[in-house]
Amino acid sequence: MDNANITGIIEKYNNDRTRLIDMLIDIQVLEGYIPDETIPVIARHTDTSEAYVEQTVSFYHFFHRNPPGKYAIFLNNSVVAQMMGREKVARAFEEEAGCRFGEVSEDRLIGLFPTACIGMSDQEPAALINSRVFTRLTPFRAREIIRYIKAGKSLEELSTSGYGGGMNASKLIRSEVRNNVHRRGPILDENYKAGDILRKRIPHMSPEEVIWEIKLSQIRGRGGAGFPTGMKWEFCRSAKGEKKYIFCNADEGEPGTFKDRVILTELPELMFEGMVLAGYAIGAVEGILYIRFEYKYLHKYLEHVLAEMRKKNLLGKDIAGIQGFDFDIRIQYGAGAYVCGEESALLESAEGKRGEPRSRPPFPVEKGYLGMPTVVNNVETLCTAVKIMKFGSEWYRSLGTKESRGTKVLSISGDCRYPGIYEMEWGYSVNDILDMVGADDVQAVQVGGPSGNLIGPEEFDREIAYEDLATGGSFMIFNHSRDLIRDVVLNFMNFFVEESCGSCVPCRNVPYLLKQKLEKILGGHGVWKDIDDLEQWTKIMSINRCGLGQTAANPVITSLKHFRALYEEKVQRGKSFDEGFDLEKAVAESCKVVGRIPAV
Amino acid sequence: MSKRKIIATTSLAGCFGCHMSFLDIDERILDLIQLVEFNKSPIDDIKKFSKHCDIGLIEGGVCNSDNVEVLKEFRKHCDILVSFGECAIMGGLPALRNNIPIQECIEEAYLYGPSVEEANEKGILPNDIEIPMLLDKVYPCHEVVKIDYFLPGCPPRADLIWDILYALITGEEVELPYEVIKYD
Amino acid sequence: MKNTIELTINGEKTEAMQGEYIVDAARRQGIYIPTLCNLPGIKPAGSCRICTVFVNDRLMTSCTTPVGRGMEIVTESKELDDFRNSVVELLLVEGNHLCPSCEKGGNCELQAMGYRLKVMAPRFPYQFPDREIDANNPKLIKDHNRCILCKRCIRTIFDEEGHHIFAFRYRGHDLQIIIDPTYGKNMTDEQAQKAMDNCPVGALLYRGIGFSTPIGKRKYDKKPIGSEIENKRRKEVLS
Repeated sequence: MDNANITGIIEKYNNDRTRLIDMLIDIQVLEGYIPDETIPVIARHTDTSEAYVEQTVSFYHFFHRNPPGKYAIFLNNSVVAQMMGREKVARAFEEEAGCRFGEVSEDRLIGLFPTACIGMSDQEPAALINSRVFTRLTPFRAREIIRYIKAGKSLEELSTSGYGGGMNASKLIRSEVRNNVHRRGPILDENYKAGDILRKRIPHMSPEEVIWEIKLSQIRGRGGAGFPTGMKWEFCRSAKGEKKYIFCNADEGEPGTFKDRVILTELPELMFEGMVLAGYAIGAVEGILYIRFEYKYLHKYLEHVLAEMRKKNLLGKDIAGIQGFDFDIRIQYGAGAYVCGEESALLESAEGKRGEPRSRPPFPVEKGYLGMPTVVNNVETLCTAVKIMKFGSEWYRSLGTKESRGTKVLSISGDCRYPGIYEMEWGYSVNDILDMVGADDVQAVQVGGPSGNLIGPEEFDREIAYEDLATGGSFMIFNHSRDLIRDVVLNFMNFFVEESCGSCVPCRNVPYLLKQKLEKILGGHGVWKDIDDLEQWTKIMSINRCGLGQTAANPVITSLKHFRALYEEKVQRGKSFDEGFDLEKAVAESCKVVGRIPAV
Repeated sequence: MSKRKIIATTSLAGCFGCHMSFLDIDERILDLIQLVEFNKSPIDDIKKFSKHCDIGLIEGGVCNSDNVEVLKEFRKHCDILVSFGECAIMGGLPALRNNIPIQECIEEAYLYGPSVEEANEKGILPNDIEIPMLLDKVYPCHEVVKIDYFLPGCPPRADLIWDILYALITGEEVELPYEVIKYD
Repeated sequence: MKNTIELTINGEKTEAMQGEYIVDAARRQGIYIPTLCNLPGIKPAGSCRICTVFVNDRLMTSCTTPVGRGMEIVTESKELDDFRNSVVELLLVEGNHLCPSCEKGGNCELQAMGYRLKVMAPRFPYQFPDREIDANNPKLIKDHNRCILCKRCIRTIFDEEGHHIFAFRYRGHDLQIIIDPTYGKNMTDEQAQKAMDNCPVGALLYRGIGFSTPIGKRKYDKKPIGSEIENKRRKEVLS
């Protein structure tokens, strides 16, 4: 480790501890991991303690404290990845690499790690290797990749499928990721011309008029919670603060969601234009795109897009000729934490801290980033805002349903013929969608990701809309070959156990206990009381602070509600007590140690 | 007078402190004896169940195969089982070993511990078939059999034992005073 | 009184001071809302969730929510009781709480809360986590078995220049408290004592003294946690 390089990185961010995550990412790029010796150096230069630095570093799962191998392979373990054969791929990686998941090979060449959904559910199993994405993996491909690595091939040479379509093939991305856009609407419309709104519309409107138009459109936030966007902007505009910020939330951590990835790939100008528009409306001088680390492969490309926009005066000073409208955008990467998709956790993370959601009030629109009024909007919300300004609120209100105006970009994956991206007006039924994507023999659909709703055929006539089945975009389909409890619910609970920040007592503990219960039932030791316990214990989750915590038991709650029979058929009949105590197992070790035959 | 309730008690992986505390009900033991008769219990030294019992009091957690057997027998012969004391409820101090590998525990106890170092020169580990087998950890009683009531404390206060027993025997509701619920 | 606002607590109209938290407003009225992570005067963490109450029918933590005009606050209900018991029970199974061998026994707030709420045994299975006792610091012993991750030490113990001496490490189920190797070593006796005093449980122990108060004379042996607040109300009602 060269101290000068480390201090150089720290100085690049003005020794500012709120930029700690950027520093750590740069250090990791340089060193391959975060060596112990760097911690005191960072602490000293940012005037903080080592413990303070440590608490940020240890929060994010993409920061390595030990060398993760020259090639760090992060294989997704999301539910869809599992359904598409992830376990066989994992075994192939292990066999060929000669180490297990969670380990690094003896020659330090390869490290194998599990990771949560990486936003590739329409092309699973997928993995990140040194931030490069590999999709549609098979055991054959896994072995081949390891052989190629051992043969000394470059990262790019590990790909054998050629580049994915659209901008994925561009010089700045060069990725095998596919867009799989199967249905376009006004948001994904290919005839978008960047800057039109900023040049032609905004110069004739006051910020208040922009907000008014957005309010008239009745658009609601696309991240899932559905808060009216116009109101958010208005609150922030009227809040007092010397500086205001607009954040674009591209954390997209909800398993099964990948629509932001496609927008970031194909329409980044639209998203950035939306940020500028929002910045104009609320009176912000800076916009920050908070993007998940999994999408680091888009980095060069996104920076390039921003540079081009600066050249065209769509960013910078006096934007689009509007005197005094100065605004620029920077990109802030996360480092692997689902909870950072929660807006206040996202702000904490952007301030270089652990991604722990804040208590509300105060709301981010009053006291957000660095204590200043801040709007956090989803990628899709900002894109939509641009279209509303282009075609008018009246046009927008003509789309969708009464409570859910406009269109929604859905990420559809699982057991269907055409997984991918579908832009739909709100209000289509689940049946319509299943029909559209070619799904037969459907046992269940997970709407809105693990924190959403698991529903069965008797509810497939329900509509995708805020007033019925709300969703941030994730739509996963399970056919009858799936064991919903083992393959789906348990996987989701594992996810929530991994992703809780740990701050709230119920969220830190209950998902873990639910997972144990599920394992007990799946292991054949379940009794009726276990079903009651599951039901009762989930209630405690309602006192958690944030949306993640409050919804982290939803897989159990909604599966119990709609698929109770599946639980009932797994518990033992005529037995009211079974805590799984196994005398034979319990004495095995001590008998071995003293050298006697167990007499059970 | 209605039929006297039958009580059984035992100490598994415990220190008999809970039984001592039971005796601390002092002169109320005279009232108690009017209300109950003891069956299997160290109090009257009856070694084997000779009757079906109404109430079984379990002191101590489950640390070996003998504890498992006794506890299961209690479940079979008693209508109501009560975990009395921290050890029965959560393993208590014996459960301090729960995160130490069995091998280390046995070696410390028989080979390397300060009191045995020289005494056990041949390095014999007790493995006679008659000796109970050690479990991988100390289990709370309710992880082995169904337990109906829990009396916390190390030991449970005599007043708590009295109040609860009286309630169980008479079927009357009981309002427990603050001072009787303690975990130490 | 300056800047007072009207609100309702448990159906009774009352006044609170602008800007104060619900938990404090209630306490001044002699209404005790259980708290564990909260420390009066310190920025609340809102992490234990035990102080959750209904505010206009919504669940909110009373230690983090400032009073508002016309708020209807409910601090007692069966549902809230169950949440409170659950929090205590979750904490009891999450760590290794061997009360009989703990120096903080009798003065421990988690224990006291269990007594107050009459928790006889947790409904959840004991986890027996493998946790270490860290005796590296010259002034403090840190016993992870007992830590309830309330953040009080993180929020209250700094060096003179405001550097964090305590911090979290990891997340979720693996979460733990760490002491800064440099600033921790230079901790003063007063800081170490304060860390122990602020710790609601026996996770931080100031070296050198323990078990100094006999059983029966400890803080929560005879009087329930919160009773000093409720007694005040009782006295007022009587007078």
